Amino acid sequence: MEKRIGLEASIAVAEVVGLCDADVISAYPITPQTHIVEHLSEMVADGELQAAFVPVESEHSAMSVCCGTVAAGARTFTATSSQGLALMHEILFIVSALRLPVVMAVANRSLSGPISIWNDHSDVMAERDIGWVQIFAENAQEALDLTIWGFRLAEDQRVSLPVAVNFDGFILTHTIEPVLMPDRESVQAFLPAFEPLMRLDVDQPITMGPVGIPDIYTEAKKAHQEVLTQSYGPIVETLDAFAKSFGRQYLPVETYCADDAEVLLLTMGALGETAMTAVDQRREKGDKIGLVRLRLWRPFPFDDLIRAVGKVPVLGVMDRAISPGGPSPVASEVKATFYQQEQRPKVVEFTVGLGGRDTPLSDFDGMFDTLLAVHRGGEIPKPTIIGLRE
Amino acid sequence: MEGPNVFAARLFPQDNFFVSGHRACQGCAEVLAVRMVHQVLGRNTIVASATGCMEIISSSYPDTAWAIPWIHVAFENSAAVASGVETGLDILMKKGKIPRRRIQVVGMGGDGATADIGLQALSGALERGHNMIYVCYDNEAYMNTGIQRSSSTPFGAATTTSPAGKQSQGQSTWKKNIPMIAAAHNIPYVATASPSYPFDLVAKVKKAMKVKGPAYLHIFSCCPTGWRMKPELAIAIGRLAVQTGSFPLYEIENGKLEINLPTPELRPLKDYLKPQGRFRHLDDATIAEIELRVQAEYRKLERRQGQVL
Ligand SMILES: Cc1ncc(C[n+]2csc(CCOP(=O)(O)OP(=O)(O)O)c2C)c(N)n1
Ligand code: SF4
Ligand SMILES: [Mg+2]
Repeated sequence: MEKRIGLEASIAVAEVVGLCDADVISAYPITPQTHIVEHLSEMVADGELQAAFVPVESEHSAMSVCCGTVAAGARTFTATSSQGLALMHEILFIVSALRLPVVMAVANRSLSGPISIWNDHSDVMAERDIGWVQIFAENAQEALDLTIWGFRLAEDQRVSLPVAVNFDGFILTHTIEPVLMPDRESVQAFLPAFEPLMRLDVDQPITMGPVGIPDIYTEAKKAHQEVLTQSYGPIVETLDAFAKSFGRQYLPVETYCADDAEVLLLTMGALGETAMTAVDQRREKGDKIGLVRLRLWRPFPFDDLIRAVGKVPVLGVMDRAISPGGPSPVASEVKATFYQQEQRPKVVEFTVGLGGRDTPLSDFDGMFDTLLAVHRGGEIPKPTIIGLRE
Repeated sequence: MEGPNVFAARLFPQDNFFVSGHRACQGCAEVLAVRMVHQVLGRNTIVASATGCMEIISSSYPDTAWAIPWIHVAFENSAAVASGVETGLDILMKKGKIPRRRIQVVGMGGDGATADIGLQALSGALERGHNMIYVCYDNEAYMNTGIQRSSSTPFGAATTTSPAGKQSQGQSTWKKNIPMIAAAHNIPYVATASPSYPFDLVAKVKKAMKVKGPAYLHIFSCCPTGWRMKPELAIAIGRLAVQTGSFPLYEIENGKLEINLPTPELRPLKDYLKPQGRFRHLDDATIAEIELRVQAEYRKLERRQGQVL
């Protein structure tokens, strides 16, 4: 029986890693990821979880150890954030190219400099091209659900790719929320034993990670591109399977009050929850505002996004990271999605909540006003940073 | 060491798990060392390799020289990857998910991968006490990228980033002592070895396999291409390295140091340097200075013979 309890999101994620019977946890501490790995090492120390906890000397080694443990056939979890994710950068591309299904929680935090332990999405946005499945949780329930689902998807032999579950540092990681904690039996029923596509086995020796000469490098990249793109099918299928088992349905892209909306705002991660409250308030005043909540970041759900926006003529995009000297990452992806479409919205770019800057309801009001002004025929404003202190 | 005199060549392990067809240069003693090590380690072995000559020459897809499971991830992390493989197998055996059996996990890398960029990952793996062997194949420079200096390049050697010139005598720093750094982790077994002394090498690999916990092997790996010397001299150079005190063969077992091939009468260093183009530019005064230091280091080692470090 699932239990309804109040839990900090980090603890909830650690608990379900235990329910998933992970064999190995290899991690290095960094705020705000620490509570996840501290709790996991406690679970291992108390014998609640039979797993090896590898207290590595860096994130680079954390991810390198994961390569080894998964290649040996062990279900493996890690978690990191910000500088730690950046330190893993080199290895992240190789884990996916080797088709090693690691599951990693990313407690999103800004990148230095200046050093900041607070929340935004600059860490994950710098890792766009690592060839992983990348997904965002909006609340504690989603964080724990998507972690369970992450193992199922990653280990699906049609996919066999690493999965990053993003959830916002502090805003989610350190917040106690009521969650439905599944029981061990239903998790085990949902998550079959890990049967790796390939493993380092002395009885069937293989060479993993060979040199890619020019004759095969392009083909290797195409194969990676294909398997990640085609993982979309298994993603939807396993999210549906999750809904059947646990009663909570997640989609690659979700909407809120979008049906009759005149303007839409696109969010990712925890700010989607505040955005819903903001929409409710404006709807009471008669403003036809809706939301697009982008959950799946890689593979990018082009068709879902096009469907979600439909004929709505104005789309605001909230980016929680900047790309100095270039377009913000989410907005440029969204614009690329619609560029070849006959029916395409005017896109308004907002940069929001950098390095822990609060995004109160009034900021949403401001963004909604801008979108409505564009809808009334006003000019599309230049990309704006919201909440900037002048 | 098990007495070398009782060995005969036919007693050397015969099965190869690193097989012919690889692309190493003629006379490469690094590849010879790799082959010998794996003749001893045998079939039930899994290798995690660093980027470098041995990885490049052995794994050009779709070919492979490896008849045992082998994984390459990156340049600086083979110790971490190997520690992961060991951890993964161990927990799967504990949980009864795979049958319990003895599988030897080995991390390997060149001197650059070990002494420089991968030193942190190596230190982490040694400190955590994984049941694995790490082998450093020391050819005293970054050969794979074109003979650049490493911290393991000996004083005076010309490389492409420590060239000899009007203002330079080649490498201006002394070889970093990685085996002693490994030993400072208080691991059960550390040894230096050389393919020029195959039976000593065999005995050391066997010991490394027996210990519980990490073992570190540092293997002299003559690279005729990078050392600018005749390939047919690779084995002879390895002997001269030992006989001149440049690369002493010793082991540290549970902290106790033993010099395996004591060389009370060291040969003149010149005999070792002469055949190698990388030392061609050195004048007699510099050679004398290097010899003084090499011999002093060797005597220091001799004084610690039999001691628990
Ligand atoms: C992070 C990173 N930096 C640099 C390189 C380039 N690189 C590849 S192998 C190598 C040198 C290898 O030297 P060593 O470890 O001594 O092995 P050898 O080739 O001499 O056997 C270098 C510099 C790399 N692959 N990755
Ligand atoms: S460059 Fe040196 S180490 Fe590399 S394969 Fe050739 S001889 Fe061997
Ligand atoms: Mg080298």
